[in-house]
Parts: sequence; C-alpha cells; structure tokens
Amino acid sequence: MSRLAWRVAYLREVRDETPSARTLVLDVPGWPGHLPGQHVDVRLTAPDGYSAQRSYSIASAADGDAADGEAAGGDTVELTVQRVPDGEVSSYLAGPYAVGDPVELRGPVGGWFVWRPADLAPVLLIAGGSGVVPLMSMIRARAAAGSRMPFRLVYSARTPEDVLYAEELKRRALSDRGLDVSYVYTRRAPDGHGRPAGRLTAVDLAEWGWPPEFEPAVFVCGPTGFVEAAADLLVDAGHDPRRIKTERFGPTGG
Amino acid sequence: MAFTETFTDGNALAGPLREIFALEMTSADGRCVTCGRTGPVADLRVYGHENGPGLVARCPGCEEIVLRLVVTPERVWLDLRGLVSLAVIR
Ligand SMILES: Cc1cc2nc3c(=O)[nH]c(=O)nc-3n(C[C@H](O)[C@H](O)[C@H](O)COP(=O)(O)OP(=O)(O)OC[C@H]3O[C@@H](n4cnc5c(N)ncnc54)[C@H](O)[C@@H]3O)c2cc1C
Ligand SMILES: [Zn+2]
Repeated sequence: MSRLAWRVAYLREVRDETPSARTLVLDVPGWPGHLPGQHVDVRLTAPDGYSAQRSYSIASAADGDAADGEAAGGDTVELTVQRVPDGEVSSYLAGPYAVGDPVELRGPVGGWFVWRPADLAPVLLIAGGSGVVPLMSMIRARAAAGSRMPFRLVYSARTPEDVLYAEELKRRALSDRGLDVSYVYTRRAPDGHGRPAGRLTAVDLAEWGWPPEFEPAVFVCGPTGFVEAAADLLVDAGHDPRRIKTERFGPTGG
Repeated sequence: MAFTETFTDGNALAGPLREIFALEMTSADGRCVTCGRTGPVADLRVYGHENGPGLVARCPGCEEIVLRLVVTPERVWLDLRGLVSLAVIR
C-alpha cells in the first residue's frame, strides 16, 4: 500500500432511488477495487477555491457488479446519496450534479467496517435510513461471491417511500437463498405490515435478528442516534460488543 | 440528544489517515491514556470536519481527547495525546 491520493471521477449514470435519494454511477479511471463496507471521501471545490468534503459508502458489490447484476466495468463505483435539508454536499450530489460532470474522490478507505466473503459467521445487518448503503454492498457482494452465509437485514426507514433499493431487496429476499429482509417503519407503516410504526425495539431484534448464541457478526449503520440505540439494544440482549461493528453517519443521513 | 448526535466515528478518519499512513489505521487497536480502554480507532467518537477547523476524536469510554487531526494545504498535523499505544494490523 502507498499513500492515498485524490482522483477525478465522472458521473456516468444516475438512478433515483426515492424522491430524496439518488444513486450515482461513477467512472473512476484506475479504480483498484474495494471491499463491501468501505467508503470514499468526496470533495467539491468551488471556483474561488472553497472546498467541502464528505464521506459516502460504496453501494456496489466489491467486484464492480452494478445493481441488479448488470455487469459494469471494473472502473465503476456506485454511491447512494440521501439529500438532507440544507445539506451542502448531498443537495448538490443528489441534485444539479449531472452526467459527465467530474468530482474528486479519495478511496476506497476503511478496513474495519468490512465484510469479507471468507468470514465464517452468520451476519446480522442493521440499517437506519441511508445506513443501508454499505450493507447493500455486502448483500450484493454475498450474491456475487455465491456465498451461502446466512444474512439477515433489519432495515429501519421512516415510511415505505423512504426505502432505498426497495425493488432489488424484494427480489433478493426471494432469490438470494439464506437472505432475510425485515422492515421497521418509524413514522408510517404500509397497510398490513403487522408491526405498528415506531422506533427499533428489543422485540424487533429478537424476532428478526440472530440470537447472541449464534455469535453473529453484526454491522450497524445509520445516523448516530440510531446506531447508538441499536448497539445498546444488542449489548443488552447479550451480544458481545466485540462482534458489533458500527458506522455512524452523523446527525443526518436518514 | 442533539449534542450526542453531532459526532461520527473513527471510520470517518480512514481517508485522512490514509494520506499519512501506508497501512489501514481504523482497524488498529488503541489504548486510551485516561481510562485504559482498548478498542479500534473506528470506535472513537469523531467531531468536526477534516477541511474545517479539524477533527477531534474522543474515547467512547471516558470522552477524553484521544487524537486530533488538522489538514492544511501545506501539512497534516496529527496530535496523538490520548494514546498509550496503537496496534496496527499488517
Ligand atoms: C463513513 C461515512 C459514510 C457515509 N455514507 C453515506 C452514504 O452512503 N449516503 C449518504 O447519504 N450519506 C452518507 N454519509 C453522510 C454524509 O457524509 C454527509 O454527512 C451527509 O450527506 C450530509 O452532508 P451535507 O453536506 O449534505 O450536509 P451538511 O451541510 O453537512 O449538514 C446539513 C444539516 O445537517 C446538520 N448537520 C450535519 N452534520 C452535522 C454535524 N456534524 N454537526 C451538527 N449538525 C450537522 C446541519 O445542522 C445542517 O443543517 C456518510 C458519513 C460517514 C461518516
Ligand atoms: Zn478513555
């Protein structure tokens, strides 16, 4: 490994995931590949030299496979950006940033919040809002690797309209053997969901997670408040804190 | 609650630290000077922005400052005042 430099990426394609979130398919010449869970830092620089920088998780599978198994070149990276109110960087990236436009990018970075297909433990993924992005990369990488490792995703979103990758998750829950997907809606649940709207609880985790005796590898990601609350519930339920990996997006992000 | 939600965590240090170190540092286990807690850099509580006034990382056990990082166009300034040691995976 050598020191990491910034490189220029170009927007190849966009996919609107929800009214307020957009997937950016970026061409990154010379992209070295990545591990599911890693992120990039994105830097925007104004003509007067002012710059703003934020981190965004990589959504695509490690091998450069795009969403829905569409083969994309090895030099492609997908990010999903949730627009936050008055968000300096997110409202640009998920707004006027257009196909063909450049952006500066540093990565892939991070080595701790990472799932490796060779890991031998069942996996529990807990997502709050846009915290699903790096976990989606893990789900896609699992399928791409032909892994049979049991995976469970518990995904907390405000309303059904806020769910990212909704169609793909529905399809994968049927086709990716060993993958279970459960939803927690915090503000409004769809008709017939069974569970009333409300924050993630110990009962949700007991019902849809893995028991601590299974010694799962747990990945929790989302807004800081969500991650803190979910990690506390897991520790109270008896999960070893050493097996709980967390990634906090800050006050926003979902 | 508003205050406790304004931090991210050590995962956000991955980029800035990779500009300085050849090895991945967020998986490294650090030991806190103040409370003795040992854990990965990824678990630290991180306040601020790299290109703002800088990043401050605090121990999740005792909230004391573990490290600070300021990046300017000329140099990267790293203050490791709160670390007894750091075990880096090769
Ligand atoms: C490792 C990592 C991975 C991430 N991955 C993703 C991802 O995949 N997708 C995604 O959409 N986001 C992700 N995020 C969040 C992302 O980096 C930005 O924080 C987010 O897009 C908001 O940036 P912004 O410039 O739009 O908003 P800002 O302009 O920074 O803030 C918008 C509003 O939120 C509030 N706010 C934001 N940050 C703070 C703060 N630190 N303290 C106090 N108030 C604050 C402000 O009050 C402001 O009103 C990730 C963050 C991290 C650390
Ligand atoms: Zn401490």
